[in-house]
Amino acid sequence: MALDKNGIAKRIAKELKDGYYVNLGIGIPTLIANYVPNDISVTLHSENGLLGMGPFPKKEKVSADMINAGKQTVTTLPGSSLFNSAESFAMIRGGHIDLTVLGAMEVSETGDIANWKIPGKMVKGMGGAMDLVAGTDNIIVAMMHTNKRGESKLLSKCSLPLTGVGCITKIVTNLALLEVTKNGFELIERAPGVNVEEIKTATKGKLHINGNIPEMEIN
Amino acid sequence: MKKVYKNAELATADIPDNCTLMFGGFGLCGIPENCITALVKKSISGLTCISNNAGVDDFGIGLMLHQHQVKKMISSYVGENAEFERQLLSGELEVELTPQGTLAEKIRAGGAGIPAFFTATGFGTEVAEDKETRQFGDKQYILENSLTADFAMVKAWKGDTDGNLIFKGTARNFNPMMATAGKITIAEVEELVEPGELDPNHIHTPGIFVQRIFKGVNYEKRIENLTITE
Repeated sequence: MALDKNGIAKRIAKELKDGYYVNLGIGIPTLIANYVPNDISVTLHSENGLLGMGPFPKKEKVSADMINAGKQTVTTLPGSSLFNSAESFAMIRGGHIDLTVLGAMEVSETGDIANWKIPGKMVKGMGGAMDLVAGTDNIIVAMMHTNKRGESKLLSKCSLPLTGVGCITKIVTNLALLEVTKNGFELIERAPGVNVEEIKTATKGKLHINGNIPEMEIN
Repeated sequence: MKKVYKNAELATADIPDNCTLMFGGFGLCGIPENCITALVKKSISGLTCISNNAGVDDFGIGLMLHQHQVKKMISSYVGENAEFERQLLSGELEVELTPQGTLAEKIRAGGAGIPAFFTATGFGTEVAEDKETRQFGDKQYILENSLTADFAMVKAWKGDTDGNLIFKGTARNFNPMMATAGKITIAEVEELVEPGELDPNHIHTPGIFVQRIFKGVNYEKRIENLTITE
């Protein structure tokens, strides 16, 4: 069965706590904003200088001066604030963000992450990613378990240039929810309809499986 | 001291070859459109440009690239500009990719008289290559030098003739720090008013940092990704 991008976002949304200040990276992480549970409220931080990011505007309310980190037009909410980039990264680097969710190309069994460069092919730049992984304690990676060529993205060691070292503790993929511990990857939950064998096959790094692994509960 | 200039052409008239420039903006939001247009018309080159992004192919700093005016870019993300990525990969253009928070802090520190600072960002990555590292508590940090520029070009929403500036929305981003870090800061504003019209409590950048100001014209304010709710 496996999860699609929205399924991954839905599972990660269950990790949100009331009052959290959250930074969501571009790609799958932005979808998490659509699944914030009704009984809690979180504040979304946009690295370009907005706290309290609201939904996309109605056509008449579009403003070129109100965009998010992905350069999409957005809105503010009651309680929002605006500030400059140095102040924005003081929030990030100073440990004030409660949760950061970002995508990755590779994650290692020791919690390294590579998500910004493919030498000779894609060198767009790291943007805020390195600051986010260096400055936030609570980081969740949202990604597909394997890449377009079917290769595992959960490795013993990253082959691509690193974004951060030993900083990832939780990963949610289309196949599983895993944690990174002293023993490498630890399988915590299976995606609906996915069995342990499938996850083992798709994971190249050291994978620790302790007992019966429950299925994710996603409504 | 008269800070008011008539337009971008006059405000940028003395910018020479081979100097270091700062450009405010995040993506195309809050970029000094008039100054960039003026620079594109000048036959200067060999420029080192400090800006979070590189514009898009046909707008923003991308226009300067087509003119081969830029020798080196210091940015955190050049992904929206395919031509920049191509020039980077082919070696035609020197690019120093810098983490966004480090870039913001380098500029803030430069304007604030701080020559260097330690940050954990980039430790253990290629960003840390050839840089001094130090441990504080139980965490590792790298030493980063601050940045200043010969000229900083910033875009603000409102300004007065003393150079005080107010920014709007997310068009603020790198502009305030860059305003402090330019030896000469040129501010282009949508509304230019007399001193006294801006409430001192609301000023984001005090005029001490701004040497030249002019009222800009014909802002395109291009949107990269128009996203709406039906």
